[in-house]
Amino acid sequence: MTATKESLFDFLLHLGDNALVLGHRLGEWCGHGPVLEQDIAMTNIALDLIGQSRNYLDYAGALEGKGRDEDVLAYRRDVLDFKNFLIVEQPNGNFASTIARQFYFDAWHLLVLQQLSESKDERLRDIALKSVKEVTYHHRWSSEWVIRLGDGTEESHDKMQHAIDDFWMFTGEMFEQSEDEAELQKDGMIYDAPAVKERWMAEVKRVLDEAGLKMPEAEWMQSGGKTGFHSEHLGFILAEMQFLQRAYPDAEW
Amino acid sequence: MVGEQTSLETKAWDVLDKVEDPEIPVISIVDLGIVRSVKDIEGHLHVDITPTYSGCPATQVIEDSVNDALHHAKMEPFTVKTVLSPAWSTAMISDSGRSKLEAYGIAPPADESSDKLALMGEERQIKCPNCGSHDTKMVSQFGSTPCKAHFKCNDCLEPFDYFKCL
Ligand SMILES: [Zn+2]
Repeated sequence: MTATKESLFDFLLHLGDNALVLGHRLGEWCGHGPVLEQDIAMTNIALDLIGQSRNYLDYAGALEGKGRDEDVLAYRRDVLDFKNFLIVEQPNGNFASTIARQFYFDAWHLLVLQQLSESKDERLRDIALKSVKEVTYHHRWSSEWVIRLGDGTEESHDKMQHAIDDFWMFTGEMFEQSEDEAELQKDGMIYDAPAVKERWMAEVKRVLDEAGLKMPEAEWMQSGGKTGFHSEHLGFILAEMQFLQRAYPDAEW
Repeated sequence: MVGEQTSLETKAWDVLDKVEDPEIPVISIVDLGIVRSVKDIEGHLHVDITPTYSGCPATQVIEDSVNDALHHAKMEPFTVKTVLSPAWSTAMISDSGRSKLEAYGIAPPADESSDKLALMGEERQIKCPNCGSHDTKMVSQFGSTPCKAHFKCNDCLEPFDYFKCL
């Protein structure tokens, strides 16, 4: 692979892994949602994300050209090879935690996909154009819940504020740009991280203001997911997700 | 479906028009706008289909049904490909598809501004497919499948699915 192809391959894995891992987390709510409608909402979002992940991993496999398809990339890579953000692998916690995690991610995801919808890389652009419509719904859903819980009872307000504070340290990583990504951006293939950060801050503030919640101020941030340094949680997710393909390689049904 | 069609293309469209959507069996995949193009290239048929939502579990089933239908109609050689671009949108649903949805009890997608208002919780935007009343209310943005939202009618009190804009 050329250097550009290799950078793009890593970037596609990053997008694919974010969607795959968060999709898996949301799937854990299936049958456990606070009310049936929200159970269905979370599994629908999970389905969108897993579908999007297939598109990225399929493209990554084609780019690499070593015969690894989306399933091999999803089920036969280990923790160190996953490039998702730390935020998406964090446990579901209570409903407010799931909402805070989703809200921070959706706000980032939507802005990034809007920019990728103009990527000079045609296949990436097509995936983004498809995904951006779906993520608009995700973002609307999670923002509404932040507002509903923040502006709800004293208990829901406190739980939402805690969750917003707890997940804050995982948001810094979303705006880090590697040198390879900076090169891709120069070529008009991926998004502009500083611009996304600025808009993300404004969007998060807008929603938190409306919810009557305080914008977190802590400056220390966690980092490492994109380069394969994960929290202890990812291994457990993969153990569950990959078990079947590891135990019975190429199993089909 | 405009312009000159070869007889092979015309036949293929007819065959595909009989392939039902697995989740809404009253509407064909042609009505739903899932079949994007049918091309006869020197006797080899190329059919492009597109998924509604990225994660729609019906996508694979549809691709299999298309292959089966073309095979049963002895249309070999043919190639069925799933394409992402241009991204599917509810505007690709045909008028006959919209009426079939409504007759089946699914409210067809409204124009974009009513859709947005409806999904933001504004009432009286979507027509009840059961009694025709506009006194309806969204229960959840997410419904029984990725493409639908869940509504209820304040007049006849029936719950119903609304095919949301995408
Ligand atoms: Zn009614």
